[in-house]
Amino acid sequence: MFFDRAHRQVMTETILKNDEKAVFDLRSLYENFGYRKYKMSKFEEYDLYARNKSFLPDGNIITFNNVDGKLLALKPDVTLSILKNAKEGRQVKEYYNENVYRMVDHEYREFMQVGLECIGDIDLYSTCEVLMLAKKSLATISGDYVLDVSHAAFTQGLVDSIDVPYDVRNMILDCIASKNAHDLSRICKERGIAPEAEERLCGVLKIYGSFDSVIEDARALCANDAMTAALDELCEIYSFLVSIGEGDRICLDFTLINDMRYYSGITFKGFIEGVAQCVLSGGRYDNLAARMGKHMGAIGFAMYMNFLDLYFDKGSCYDVDILITYDEKADPAALLKMVNTLRGGGRSVRVQCRDDGSIRSREHFYFSERGLETDGKGN
Amino acid sequence: MEKVINIALPKGRLGEKAYKMLEELGYGCKGVTENSRKLIFEEGNVRYFWVKPSDVAIYVERGAADVGVVGKDILEEYTPDVYEMVDLGFGKCRMCVAGIKGVVPTGDRTLRIATKFVNIAKQYYASQSREIEIIKLNGSIELAPILGLSDVIVDIVETGTTLVENNLEVKEEILPISARFISNKAAYRFKSAEIDAMSDKIRDWLATR
Repeated sequence: MFFDRAHRQVMTETILKNDEKAVFDLRSLYENFGYRKYKMSKFEEYDLYARNKSFLPDGNIITFNNVDGKLLALKPDVTLSILKNAKEGRQVKEYYNENVYRMVDHEYREFMQVGLECIGDIDLYSTCEVLMLAKKSLATISGDYVLDVSHAAFTQGLVDSIDVPYDVRNMILDCIASKNAHDLSRICKERGIAPEAEERLCGVLKIYGSFDSVIEDARALCANDAMTAALDELCEIYSFLVSIGEGDRICLDFTLINDMRYYSGITFKGFIEGVAQCVLSGGRYDNLAARMGKHMGAIGFAMYMNFLDLYFDKGSCYDVDILITYDEKADPAALLKMVNTLRGGGRSVRVQCRDDGSIRSREHFYFSERGLETDGKGN
Repeated sequence: MEKVINIALPKGRLGEKAYKMLEELGYGCKGVTENSRKLIFEEGNVRYFWVKPSDVAIYVERGAADVGVVGKDILEEYTPDVYEMVDLGFGKCRMCVAGIKGVVPTGDRTLRIATKFVNIAKQYYASQSREIEIIKLNGSIELAPILGLSDVIVDIVETGTTLVENNLEVKEEILPISARFISNKAAYRFKSAEIDAMSDKIRDWLATR
């Protein structure tokens, strides 16, 4: 056997890069909770995305024609494909680890996403399981994470509580999403929005913190039954998470604005200290299912592994553990035997006839008829 | 323990004014205003660095800085995904359409616009459904209509002196500009206490002016 079992374990630990280990851990986690792996084709009919373009994050879809002249897209997303294939009456629990493609700043880009979808009958258990898995996914990367939660119906209720045209509503939502209280106040005054409504809108920007510490502030902002019901649902979910020991690191943040044409319930985003972007995003998207003619519940999330590249890349001082250069008179069989001895325990051993200075090694040996000698030139 | 806040300041008058304000609020740091080749200044819980004004938003959006001070013109042009915490009220000017005095560009052909602010100009004229041609320039924008390179310019107007001296005038105002205190969205999650405290102090300071 080329590797024994212990050796293989060591090799897995040392050879897999941190991002590969993370994907491995995430896949194990999802498999462990009974989610099945979903593998999708690189291509999908463009029509699927054209009808739900704003569901996708920013970035244009890369399209091309197939031999029959049909417009295809390099998949920019996985959720839509999983939802497209979901059948009413069947519970879908699937996870994926796929590269998606988009055009960003006039460049074709490839992004790796790992995520899961739970589609069908979504009750308190399913919702909390997905949230718990989102938390565990973040914890796989780092213990210093935060999962911010919001509710699409709370935001919907908030904008419904003011009577303004569609374009003004979008300007208000933009201000909320960027915590921009000064422009929000100006817009309210210019558009004749009542002072108490302005106070409520600006009040939403101030709500940020652990669930328990700000929930009462959020309650004080409720202007209609929809907002109250949304908060009641969030409280129910939070209580469940607390009861299973997963109540920590959850913050309320109603400046998380998701498109309400798609999202219907809880929405959430995950952040890791030291990473400048949101690394996990998800939520309850029954409205998207309804737009696709499917009357079913749906909740899921995706992790953006490309944002973690820098976080994982801690840099390495060495290319290999051991570099062996050898005398041309040395016996090749003896050299190979020596290599096999040295690479025990998972150490990497590179052999080349001379040291051209391009390889950084922890140790450097010279092999000749006399055997192995310390070269003294280890980089 | 309070966490260190990384602050990106725009080189020039705007940044100097912003630093003065932060210094008064207790966020002073030795050497920041001294003329030296040093790039980063650190003292207590703050770390400052000076960057090109148009780069502040990039530093903050990508997390190299937690917070920064930037003109609203840059935020409108590049639309970085950041929190816009406070309108600082200083560095006031206007984004305007300007052209040769007394000349009204004809409406029956494509309007040629010289500007540094391509996206602001595009968005403004799209809202008017006007067909335009953008001529992207990096400086001396006022020269373009004088030499016939463009019909109008879209640019920042502070006092209007340069326009007057070159026989130009403001045709339309697009939006008022002032300096904004911005924050990285992810950094806010982990330093919300420090960033909120800084924002509140700035608001209180502005209220007393």
